[in-house]
Amino acid sequence: MTVDKSMFLQLYRKMFEIRRFEEMAVTLYQQGQIPGVLHPYIGEEAVAVGVCQTLQKTDYIVSNHRGHGHSIAKGVPPKFIMAELLAKETGICKGIGGSMHSTDTENGVLFSTAIVGGGVPIATGVALSLQYQGKSGVVACFFGDGATNTGSFHEGVNLAALWQLPVLFVCENNMYAISTRVDRSVAAKRIVDRANAYGIPGISVDGMDVLAVYDAASQAVERARKGSGPTLIECRTYRYKGHGAYDPGLGYRTKEEIQEWMSRDPIENLRRKLLQERLATENELKGIEIEVEKLIQDAVDFAQHSPPPAASKELLMKMVYA
Amino acid sequence: MRDISYAEAINEALKEEMERDEKVILLGEDIGIFGGVFKVTRGLLERFGPKRVRDTPISEGAIIGAAIGAATTGLRPVAEIMYMDFLNVAGDQLVNHAPKIHFMSGGKLNVPMVIRTQFSLGRSIAGQHSQFFPAFFMNLPGMYVAVPSTPYDAKGLLKTAIRSNNPTLFLESAVLYSAKGQVPEEEYVVPLGKADIKKKGDDVTVFAFSNLVSKALVAADELEKVGIGAEVIDPRTLAPLDRTTILESVKRTGRLVVVEPDCKTSGIGAEVITMVLEEAFDYLDAPPVRVAALDTPCPFAPVLEGLYIPNEESIIQAVRKIV
Repeated sequence: MTVDKSMFLQLYRKMFEIRRFEEMAVTLYQQGQIPGVLHPYIGEEAVAVGVCQTLQKTDYIVSNHRGHGHSIAKGVPPKFIMAELLAKETGICKGIGGSMHSTDTENGVLFSTAIVGGGVPIATGVALSLQYQGKSGVVACFFGDGATNTGSFHEGVNLAALWQLPVLFVCENNMYAISTRVDRSVAAKRIVDRANAYGIPGISVDGMDVLAVYDAASQAVERARKGSGPTLIECRTYRYKGHGAYDPGLGYRTKEEIQEWMSRDPIENLRRKLLQERLATENELKGIEIEVEKLIQDAVDFAQHSPPPAASKELLMKMVYA
Repeated sequence: MRDISYAEAINEALKEEMERDEKVILLGEDIGIFGGVFKVTRGLLERFGPKRVRDTPISEGAIIGAAIGAATTGLRPVAEIMYMDFLNVAGDQLVNHAPKIHFMSGGKLNVPMVIRTQFSLGRSIAGQHSQFFPAFFMNLPGMYVAVPSTPYDAKGLLKTAIRSNNPTLFLESAVLYSAKGQVPEEEYVVPLGKADIKKKGDDVTVFAFSNLVSKALVAADELEKVGIGAEVIDPRTLAPLDRTTILESVKRTGRLVVVEPDCKTSGIGAEVITMVLEEAFDYLDAPPVRVAALDTPCPFAPVLEGLYIPNEESIIQAVRKIV
């Protein structure tokens, strides 16, 4: 793996962008500006960024209910996601989808599903389509530890393995399915061992280390592009916040545990590394941070100044069928 | 024109659409080497090869899910689910994904796919292989629902469904597979959402679909002998439902009998009759009547299954009750 300076800076920028986006979204949610639910990705940024850095624009991702970070990492301008959160017409799904749903075909964000595990068979179908059409593209499917207990996961991974389809099954093991800890829900010792059941490679990486994720995803992408089939990547990570913005995230987790994971913060770690190894100067990183702050503020302004969807039953009815 | 069976008509539709458009692929259990458990896909593997005719594991969720993924990225998959009962295994993909992705993506994604399945009501295979529950799918915006009753309609509707940019649930009746009917040699399609008046009549409108159309026609012939003109309307698709044709007929006849092979409570008749009450109440000369399956799971013993499914006699009785 070779990571040059510009890529290091890009990894840092994208993780910081997701972090600031999500912090801003939580604030707006608490202010009542975002209806419905919101599932913050804070703490897990290295996974989306490490994986999506290995993808081309024409590659696809299939995401889940905690998907803002995936979309931003894949190249979606944050303002369209923010506008969707604020239920605006300019949102990425025109205010029809909300926080849990995202589609941007130009940037290869196919769909994010709010049904746990539901994206796995769909990603398999996208990969079937790519293989059938002789395209070199791949699809990365993001899901959590809880999803690996669903029938959708097992059916979808089996089929992708059987047909040697170009998929990266990216499990974001943040240890909790809402409140149920992984050792209370997964019989296997390690999620990555589930790859053995389908005869595909499984890689377990530190999901707080963007370079480790990037490395694993690079191997999986290479394998997929040459027609050797899917890979299961387990990224061991942590969500700093609760399941949703309404959930303090305590009661089922200890403060010590949260503190311990936060001490391994993927963004701070990379920042320290870049400075220590003289890959970037403090000024360069500050410059990135200022640019990102402006980008996020602009996203909020864009969303706040956008109109809501036209309140028309006729228009809504017209959207049901193509 | 020549006579071919309902199964052969479906096979022809698949073959012709696969020849016309290489984006059309088939996937399902035992559809390739075995030719389908009802032999509907017979010969297609040999003709189009394993890339396009794909035998799958017993994974209904993955079959429909993979079809959705493929449909949203350029293909036109036709997924086969062996029995309608097994749709329930794939409920997440079928209900939460296929009909909603176009809408939820703000119209950015299309899901051009067909889910073919059959219901085996009338074949003595009991409560988990005979279920027919089309009303559920009328309550599922985003999905078309086809219920062909003849080889002609089956072929024409399937070709249209494959070319449509929306998902279609294509519900075949297994007892009709061997039924023969006139089908043109030349190309034709049948539009979705256009009912067919299978027999004209002025005294009563008989709304019937799928396997019960032929029974309704037999009943109508019998009624004709006693001077009752029954107009048999076959909707051909339940979604979209051709409300106009139903209403025009009822406004003329003033009477409505709905004949349905699904359970009576909250079935298709509940919607059709309510719609007529809302739109044409003043035209009715008698209360509408439903002839439906019993509100029980489908029993096995032929003598019991015979009680469960509406037949010619129950249709005649229903008509005579209001005419």
